[in-house]
Amino acid sequence: MSTRTAYSRALDLKNGVVEMSHGGGGRAMAQLIDQLFADAFANDILAQGNDQASISMPQGRMVVSTDSFVISPLFFPGGNIGNLAVHGTVNDVALSGGTPLYLTAGFILEEGFPLKDLKTIVESMAHAANEAGVQIVTGDTKVVERGHGDGVYINTTGIGVVADGINISGERAKPGDKILINGFIGDHGVAIMSLREGLGFESTIQSDCASLNGLIADMVKAAPDIHVMRDPTRGGLAATLNELAQQSGVGMELVEDQVPMRDEVRGACEILGLDPLYVANEGKLLAICTEEDADKLLTAMRAHPLGKDAAIIGTVVEDKNSFVQLKTGFGGSRIVDWIAGEQLPRIC
Amino acid sequence: MKHVDEYRDGQTAQKLAATIAREVQPDRSYRLMEFCGGHTHAIFRYGIQDLLPDNIEMVHGPGCPVCVLPISRIDQAIAYAREPDVILCSYGDMLRVPGSKFTSLMKAKAEGSDVRMVYSTLDALDLAKNNPDKKIVFFAIGFETTTPPTALAIKQAKAMGLKNFFILSNHVLTPSAIQNILESPDVRDLGSVPIDGFLGPAHVSAVIGSQPYDYFVEEFQRPVVISGFEPLDVMQSILMLVRQLNEGRAEVENQYRRAVTFEGNAKAKNLVAEIFELRRTFEWRGLGEVAYSGLRIKQEYAAFDAEVQIPIDVPPAHENKACECPAILRGMKKPTDCKLFATHCTPENPMGSCMVSAEGACAAYYSYGRFRETA
Repeated sequence: MSTRTAYSRALDLKNGVVEMSHGGGGRAMAQLIDQLFADAFANDILAQGNDQASISMPQGRMVVSTDSFVISPLFFPGGNIGNLAVHGTVNDVALSGGTPLYLTAGFILEEGFPLKDLKTIVESMAHAANEAGVQIVTGDTKVVERGHGDGVYINTTGIGVVADGINISGERAKPGDKILINGFIGDHGVAIMSLREGLGFESTIQSDCASLNGLIADMVKAAPDIHVMRDPTRGGLAATLNELAQQSGVGMELVEDQVPMRDEVRGACEILGLDPLYVANEGKLLAICTEEDADKLLTAMRAHPLGKDAAIIGTVVEDKNSFVQLKTGFGGSRIVDWIAGEQLPRIC
Repeated sequence: MKHVDEYRDGQTAQKLAATIAREVQPDRSYRLMEFCGGHTHAIFRYGIQDLLPDNIEMVHGPGCPVCVLPISRIDQAIAYAREPDVILCSYGDMLRVPGSKFTSLMKAKAEGSDVRMVYSTLDALDLAKNNPDKKIVFFAIGFETTTPPTALAIKQAKAMGLKNFFILSNHVLTPSAIQNILESPDVRDLGSVPIDGFLGPAHVSAVIGSQPYDYFVEEFQRPVVISGFEPLDVMQSILMLVRQLNEGRAEVENQYRRAVTFEGNAKAKNLVAEIFELRRTFEWRGLGEVAYSGLRIKQEYAAFDAEVQIPIDVPPAHENKACECPAILRGMKKPTDCKLFATHCTPENPMGSCMVSAEGACAAYYSYGRFRETA
């Protein structure tokens, strides 16, 4: 779509809104794609203007991951649905230990959504993709009637490649392995909650949303035999560790005092009656490796800006029940269970 | 974090643990009931049991406001939510609690009812103000802690001239429930299930004061120590109970002096007395009918009483017969003694009151303490 078509009117990116015709397959849709998406995501593959992207892949195993983003609010301290949709999928591909290369982007827009906001979202997607070194190579736009969507939904699919010999997988945690995290937990969830209607609660916490592929590349270089990596997003640390314990058939022992947590996040969770271990992150990863590898992996993580607060937070243990246990700072033990339903504030 | 960390310090906990271990008499047991879900939560969340000698056993009482609400009252709230012109609002915990036939407010919401989670009664008043064409029903629950805010909301609604704000009152009284437990034959007459002493409520006592407990120590000769909800509060209160029992005393002691006085909060108590009156009887999940244990809105404020203004009848609901909650709440059984525990009854699919909130004994056992049983 490099050749500019002459449209009768320029896209009104200041006061215009999404109209049904923007998804109708006609000139209006072509104009939206051309003047907004193609412009922001500009790259040679997209510029071919085909219904598919034809890409050449380097040597290694191909990695694919897809994710849909249906968040509310769309804008939050530290990001918006656009860069979140890039970071989330880039991370899912990179957590294989590989290199993310390409993204696809599918948009479902609600009739009446301001084009100005859409522009901001698309621009932060482009910025995030640039920073992560990935190209958005194909996409899709649909418009649903007013009241049938939540402004914008975005789906991204990521494609990357992982070198032969790297085998990072959820079932590889072994008793004796160490559990590491790259920094403070709970920032994203608290940033989002501070915006929720009626909470009357302000915080300076910014979402931690970030693409972790640079950090992961450094980690894999330092310790190619990392056993497991996963990002503790929805459900927080607790959900991800329980998933991994089940998948590997092992138990986990966390040390509460070792888990990095900002005072502001602890304070907010205290007020809201939430447990920070269950609060979402968007720029964190858990890594599990042998005890011998743990120190060099930690050093590599701390050398990267997105891992400077990294810590070893626990150990994998033998446990046929696959319990995740926590040594509390107070001196006792408890289970960190799966969450039942959604985390809701307690009354007392 | 200031004003929090000093009550959770691990080193102080170790020192207190050592003192408790030194002072307990090895030839006797100490069965202590913490009435409040807040204490149950703290005990499990911080692993306090690991710091106590084996002959101190914590019995988890019925003080979880979500847990003790009978199924029929939840059915009633769901019925209100299903009314086309009603917005039903309540505190977060409440939305997940199952009523009959696996329904819940959360499910009613998924089916199209307008159900909102609020953080305070002020949010509910805002809803009424901003939705004049809707009836706002606030599903009011809780002990003496949440009653004053409900009373205040009614006063404010009156002052604002709101005609679309209604309260479904389920407020209950702590002392009545303690009395019910102490008077139950198993505890009182047979002596088969001794409860040696009580950790008294924290927030509730900040409102009602320490005075109401004098009757219990007098009548039932069991020591009561009013305890804060932080883990060091709980440890210190346990030590105070151990000392009373060792010395043969049965007194009301106040560990939570930073918040609780003898008289309590007169302003809050007067406000509640102005708006609410005693119900002759109220059903508690797990305890059954308890005389003079619930509050209803006075005639004078009936314009804000959902039960008067929008009467809805729901059929009586029944508990699962195998559920051991009544025995667990009186300290006669442990969650693991129940056939349903962790099989049919889990936090995702609770069958009985003790499993419905993280403050309930069974849910706390399940979510935090299960590893002890399988070790």
